[in-house]
Amino acid sequence: MAEKRIRVLVAKPGLDGHDRGAKVVARALRDAGFEVIYTGIRLTPEQIVETALQEDVNVVALSLLSGAHNTLFPEVTKLLKEKGLNDVLVIGGGVIPDADIPSLKAAGIADIYTPGTPTGKIVEFIKANVK
Amino acid sequence: MDIVKGVLDRSRLAAAKGITAVENEYPEATGIMQALYPHTGRAYILGITGPPGAGKSTLTDKLAKEYRKRGKTVGIIAVDPTSPYSGGAILGDRIRMMDIAMDEGVFIRSMATRGSLGGLSQKTADAVKVLDAFGCDIIIIETVGVGQSEVDIVKTADTTMVVLVPGLGDDIQAIKAGILEIGDLFTINKADREGVEKLHIEIEMMLELSGNKTGWKPPINRTIASESEGVLSVMDSIEAHAKYLKESDELKTRRAESIKTELLAMIAERIRRHINKTVAETRDFENTILRLQQREIDPYSIADDILDKIIKQ
Repeated sequence: MAEKRIRVLVAKPGLDGHDRGAKVVARALRDAGFEVIYTGIRLTPEQIVETALQEDVNVVALSLLSGAHNTLFPEVTKLLKEKGLNDVLVIGGGVIPDADIPSLKAAGIADIYTPGTPTGKIVEFIKANVK
Repeated sequence: MDIVKGVLDRSRLAAAKGITAVENEYPEATGIMQALYPHTGRAYILGITGPPGAGKSTLTDKLAKEYRKRGKTVGIIAVDPTSPYSGGAILGDRIRMMDIAMDEGVFIRSMATRGSLGGLSQKTADAVKVLDAFGCDIIIIETVGVGQSEVDIVKTADTTMVVLVPGLGDDIQAIKAGILEIGDLFTINKADREGVEKLHIEIEMMLELSGNKTGWKPPINRTIASESEGVLSVMDSIEAHAKYLKESDELKTRRAESIKTELLAMIAERIRRHINKTVAETRDFENTILRLQQREIDPYSIADDILDKIIKQ
């Protein structure tokens, strides 16, 4: 019997150390039956992508509250493509102004979650969109 | 993507995909392992186990760095438990290893136990083989030493290190069942804490009680892994044990034993699958269960009958 599980990397790019949200999401994803690779705070996009590659994850969930999402999120999707990780679903969360969301989606972030999002919504999105 | 060729060409993506194939039991996994097998058996395998919070990941990180300084490439397989309630897992060992994550000579993979009955040790062993064929000189398997399957995993290692910390209450009592016997080395981490001497004496007493059947006396090192203190003496002990294994020929004996265990487990697994297909998934079997429930027949005779039939086929 095959035992495929959805593997999700929960990562915090950039310099802010506010990991409460990332931890809550990590737990919610675990409780939904996903395998969550949690890597802690202050990572570079390069570290995140290399981890995604070695861990062969299906999803990369980025959390960022420093305001640098317009730079760091697209950097992650760009590097993923460069490494040939084309099937990885990328989602992001944090204090992100509505105005920024369209350009982030255009850069390959499949969905964006702002404060107050029920974790169930993230779980549903992953289940529906994972490749 | 040709995973076998990729792994042998040192493609990290191929190694990652190979481990996934094994872990998810994809149909192509057997073919991959068959092709990689001749290229394995070269890496030195180090098992690290101990209670949660002992500092295994931090120590693994420091050891990996030291190996890198000595020009060795390192593979790390970090095993964490799957939640029995949701089937999910949080694999957090990498938090302590992020500064070696970008080193091209290091490959880290987290694995969840997934609650598979005995299947875990096979999957871990296969993941180790993928990294072995991939070219890692040293492969570290890190697991929480709590259950039989974890013990089985580290049993496949050449050298097994048990990491303990002072102040876990009845230190050794809590974990002695099973995991202390498998230690070739002991490390007392967080050695700046109270209770180091007591723990040290307890380990020594336990080792004396268990009686030493070989020429190797497990050394007990003290470390403060987060400060890198004592890591070099741990390295020396690992090297000393590797040297002992080689010179005493025990390396050969151990590896033969481990191959034997693995082969027997594979045969058993194939028989189990065969039985599932030919016996358990038949209408006949459902009737048998009903008759057993009514106590018309007994399972002891039925099991023998079924086995006889399978053997005759």
